[in-house]
Amino acid sequence: MSIRLYVSRDAGAVSVGADEVALALEQAAAKRGIAVEIVRTGSRGLYWLEPLVEVATPQGRIAFGPVTETDVPALFTALADNTPHLLRLGATDEIPWLKRQTRLTFARCGVIDPRSLDDYHAHGGYRGLERALSLGSDAILDEVTASGLRGRGGAGFPTGIKWKTVAQARADRKFIVCNADEGDSGTFADRMIMEGDPFLVIEGMTIAGLTVGATKGYIYIRSEYPHAVEAMNAAIMAARRGGYLGANIGGSKRAFDLEVRVGAGAYVCGEETSLLESLEGRRGIVRAKPPLPAHHGLFGKPTVINNVLSFAAIPFILAEGAKAYADFGMGRSRGTMPIQLAGNIRYGGLFETAFGVTLGELVDDIGGGTFTGRPVRAVQVGGPLGAYFPRALFDTPFDYEAFAARDGLIGHGGIVVFDDSVDMRRQARFAMEFCAIESCGKCTPCRIGSTRGVETIEKIIKGERVSENLALVEDLCNTMKFGSLCALGGFTPYPVLSALKHFREDFAPVPTTLQAAE
Amino acid sequence: MTAVFDWDETRGAEIIAEHAGQEGATLVILHALQEAFGHVPQAAIPMVAKAFNLSRAEVHGVFTFYHDFRHKPAGRHVLKLCRAEACQAAGGDALAARAEARLGVSLGNTTADDRVTLEPIYCLGLCATAPSAMLDGRLIGRLDQKRLDALIAEAQR
Repeated sequence: MSIRLYVSRDAGAVSVGADEVALALEQAAAKRGIAVEIVRTGSRGLYWLEPLVEVATPQGRIAFGPVTETDVPALFTALADNTPHLLRLGATDEIPWLKRQTRLTFARCGVIDPRSLDDYHAHGGYRGLERALSLGSDAILDEVTASGLRGRGGAGFPTGIKWKTVAQARADRKFIVCNADEGDSGTFADRMIMEGDPFLVIEGMTIAGLTVGATKGYIYIRSEYPHAVEAMNAAIMAARRGGYLGANIGGSKRAFDLEVRVGAGAYVCGEETSLLESLEGRRGIVRAKPPLPAHHGLFGKPTVINNVLSFAAIPFILAEGAKAYADFGMGRSRGTMPIQLAGNIRYGGLFETAFGVTLGELVDDIGGGTFTGRPVRAVQVGGPLGAYFPRALFDTPFDYEAFAARDGLIGHGGIVVFDDSVDMRRQARFAMEFCAIESCGKCTPCRIGSTRGVETIEKIIKGERVSENLALVEDLCNTMKFGSLCALGGFTPYPVLSALKHFREDFAPVPTTLQAAE
Repeated sequence: MTAVFDWDETRGAEIIAEHAGQEGATLVILHALQEAFGHVPQAAIPMVAKAFNLSRAEVHGVFTFYHDFRHKPAGRHVLKLCRAEACQAAGGDALAARAEARLGVSLGNTTADDRVTLEPIYCLGLCATAPSAMLDGRLIGRLDQKRLDALIAEAQR
């Protein structure tokens, strides 16, 4: 008898003991003389259940979690003998949190062995590329445009238009660049997909290369993600060996190859022009636009630069057709969004669903509120540059335009939950401080404004001339919003102003003159 | 714990030559130098400049722009605590204060005995298992006082 087990090798799972659990499972099996095969997958994204252990049965996979090293001996007996166990969650696919998702991009994540090209193939991988090879550039562009896919990095620019611009540009060389500098706190979808289904990113980038006529691509991954770097490098090697990168991709006459480049701890390099500078080996200083990267990008050549999730959405669109993707969503936000529930949240993780779900559903219903058990007071949506929303705005649907209409942004889809112990003055101060630390320094509103912002909010915290300083912060935010060159300085006002607007009570003047009443 | 070797010009030149053919590979080389020597030795800057036909000021500018690159080796162990919003929401502020108090240094500094460098990091992407930390490249999620104390004890050994 041989047992096949699945334990995640995702950084999030490893951070809470998945490696130790996998080792303990091996030892428990050896002790009983049972042969086991432990497949190290990506994560299913149900992080409160990590480390999750799954066992293959004729009826599908059965899940157990969260498993600790000390649980393993008893757990192994339960799964080997198919007897009850407290941590048994039943069939993985039937776990409600997973079942109610619409996993188009993350369909394979947590299921397959991310190091195995065969496993990727066996689960429908490279069907998108095969169709792309048969379609030709114009037809691919039509599909991508018709899918309604918008840039998943945060800006939401239509991917089809971006690709078309590069396809039409004339140059001796063109490039595909994948922005994997996922620096927003509360986001981890890029990391998960690179670790859990790296061939998907490669396939998406390869299709982009075919479409626009580029033969070289770079994946710029932040240095804080060593596991993702390792996973992507391993997948690139495997794809080359399998004939999916190199001179004749997928047996065609088309060439495409990829190289991973690692960032060096600069948040601003998530901004596309700063990223291009960094890739060229320079300081990550933002470039003025125009010219757009589509015309004048990496090394001055026409460049498609997209977020990891944008590339990762492409294979489904090509394999299943634009309509299958565009049928999901609302308004101008088509398809699905991998939403990340994070911070002080009971059921945190990756929840991929069609646009249109409300913030309240995500936080209260799906996320289960806070893990501290205290009331949810504020949620920051879209990373350090996203607005803080109060409960009063929980009816906002997850949609680019709906969030913009309420002075917020969905960004890269991260939601960070705070309970009622949060001090919004400190969060507003941190937003300015983070901008000051990470500003590239090119434009004055961002470089100086953020530092002045920290100082002024500190005065408010100390109770110095509060109403005047509040007016000053608002004025400063206005200058940063309209005067900054990129989203770092331009969007830092979102968390600051939303904190001021929706949580004004935290900024009320401190009564300093109790004695004066005497 | 990261091995640190004294500056060796021949080895440095080898590292630079290894990557000099890659387009725009300044960061690649700085990373490789730091991995070999635990920091980016000053003496390497003009060598990198020469390899890419850049000025020393340009390479120095690149080196100083990025938070990752060190001008001197870190302590024997590097403990990074995530200080970004998701970890703040999950109690990261108190843990950072505790780490500073126990180690007797503020974030961004190395203990006097050179054993531990305590650093802030802005997001490890472990936001659903927050708060998080990294000790010498090993990831730790769901950090609490007990786990933090154990990490500090391990780093101080």
